[in-house]
Amino acid sequence: MSEPLSGNDPEFLGGGLLERGKAQDPNYVGTHPEPRFFVTEEDDEDEFGGKTMVLNLGPQHPATHGTLRVVLKVRGERIIAADTEIGYLHTGFEKLAEHMGYQQWVTVTDRMNYMSAINNNVGYALAVEELLDVECPPRARVLRVILSEFSRLADHFVCVGLAGMDIGAFSLMLWAFERREKIYDLMEAVTGTRLTTSYTRIGGVFRDTPPDFEELVKELLAELPKFLDELRGMTIGNRIFEDRMRGVGVITGAEAIDWGLTGPLLRAAGVRYDVRKATPYLGYDEYDFDVPVHQNGDSYARFLQRLAECDESIKIIEQAMERLPDGPVMADDKKIALPEKDEVYQNIESLIHHFKQIMFGHGVLPERGAEVYVATEAPNGELGYYITSDGEMNAYKTRVRPPSLYHFAVVPRLIEGGMISDAVATLSTLNIIAGELDR
Amino acid sequence: MSEPLSPTEIIDRLATRYADKVTVVTPPGKNGHPYVAVDRDHVLPILDFLKNDPELRFDFLMDVTVVDHLYLEIPEIGERFASVYQLYSLEHNHRFTVKARVPENDPRCPSAIGLWKSALWGEREAHDMYGVEYEGNPDMRRLLMPEDFPGFPLRKDYPLRGQGERDAFPQYRHQRGGEIEDGTTTSTGEAS
Repeated sequence: MSEPLSGNDPEFLGGGLLERGKAQDPNYVGTHPEPRFFVTEEDDEDEFGGKTMVLNLGPQHPATHGTLRVVLKVRGERIIAADTEIGYLHTGFEKLAEHMGYQQWVTVTDRMNYMSAINNNVGYALAVEELLDVECPPRARVLRVILSEFSRLADHFVCVGLAGMDIGAFSLMLWAFERREKIYDLMEAVTGTRLTTSYTRIGGVFRDTPPDFEELVKELLAELPKFLDELRGMTIGNRIFEDRMRGVGVITGAEAIDWGLTGPLLRAAGVRYDVRKATPYLGYDEYDFDVPVHQNGDSYARFLQRLAECDESIKIIEQAMERLPDGPVMADDKKIALPEKDEVYQNIESLIHHFKQIMFGHGVLPERGAEVYVATEAPNGELGYYITSDGEMNAYKTRVRPPSLYHFAVVPRLIEGGMISDAVATLSTLNIIAGELDR
Repeated sequence: MSEPLSPTEIIDRLATRYADKVTVVTPPGKNGHPYVAVDRDHVLPILDFLKNDPELRFDFLMDVTVVDHLYLEIPEIGERFASVYQLYSLEHNHRFTVKARVPENDPRCPSAIGLWKSALWGEREAHDMYGVEYEGNPDMRRLLMPEDFPGFPLRKDYPLRGQGERDAFPQYRHQRGGEIEDGTTTSTGEAS
């Protein structure tokens, strides 16, 4: 690759920042794109002499839970039009995937939906395993299911807790975060970290569970149903809560399909689609669980939908704990699976395998032109990995289909016509995670 | 929910009407699913057929992205870019992939916004990252990159560490008297 020219060479940027002289302007602090509103209405004075104004919600706003910018055109409290802007957290994950080995990029997947990193790890591992045609051993499969469902619980707890906080029920958030921390304690015991777990490897999981894993899970499972009852008791039938949530941010099932919404948002609009049921992976077809749906498609339905899904996740974990088999947690293929660290330090053969895999991607080489699209059900919806290979140690292209991207596209449509406070209640139940939105 | 069709059966069904317009590509490897590559002029009628045919009924456009085939030449595609559509049918529970050929010197492609609204942001991101212009999409602004960003970062000829855009930003240094001295950075960045 030729050496890049200096950034100060105006010829190089070809009519970019320098030519417009912006970079030299001491007052230049970045770009402020003009918002474009798709709903246009005359800026006439209304009957009370009120005019429209433009109001920024974000990028730093408590209700956005991340760096999102929503530009509202309001008349009084009423939102006439809205525009969104994202990209504040764009980190170039997909570009990095083209320059990192398949095993290495697992750590990057954590950073996408940082609320439920395991689901990202599992989705990516499944996609690469399908590309390479490897199977992970039974114990690793069940472990992946257990931790994915715990991760889903943690994600839903955060979402329902923050939904409560956004509309003034602060204790909801405190209660939810307490339980989330307990789930993260379990994550820490198993994976070593709370948030950025990097638990899966191509062909299995990183390590086996600690000896007291079963007790930890049992302890946690015993208190979660009680906590969910508490949450329901606090919200359902609560006049303030229902008034704020009901009929806010309504989307119909047909529209939700058209906009590409998936996950709890789609199911709260009455469409029964769950990747775990439609195209089962990791043996989800062997578990007995339901796909709950709600019909109204408003914020309240999305809130209840997440609570109902928590019940199903607990059911899946209970069944998975019963059938958790003994055995290895990594595929028995030395060309693909990373050897255990103890082995690497003590055994020359493992050391060579480790070195070859890390330095040259040895073994993890799909055929040139091979490609897969693998969809998994993340807490927010369908998480798809589309990987194309050119036969090298890096993926030729890795595309992540993040649920949040398509969910955020529909935000202007959901909040236009409502009040500003309704926009907050809508955003909180959409659970937009900026990490996977911008990647 | 009826029995899902395999990608081969979907291609057979598609070939009943568009046999001369689609090229079937079977990727190597055991788990790759066959897909079709079409010229960009025919992509809209074919997507329309896939959406509205009662036996196919792809009601979800799950994802739109672009693959830059600069270093990975696939003879059936034969152009620099391919616009990739991931489709899913809720009614029949099957999936399918369509790729539209987009030449390098004229990176335009018709927009699927008339068929699925999810194309609005899917195509917008593909445009942002690869510079493929989707004609008919009402919102072709930059999605993730700044609006005056000069390049298309996911193209294969775009270097990993950028083209020096980082150096073009102004850098402010606080001096002792509280004054601020401005000027661009002098480092040339690291060569990748």
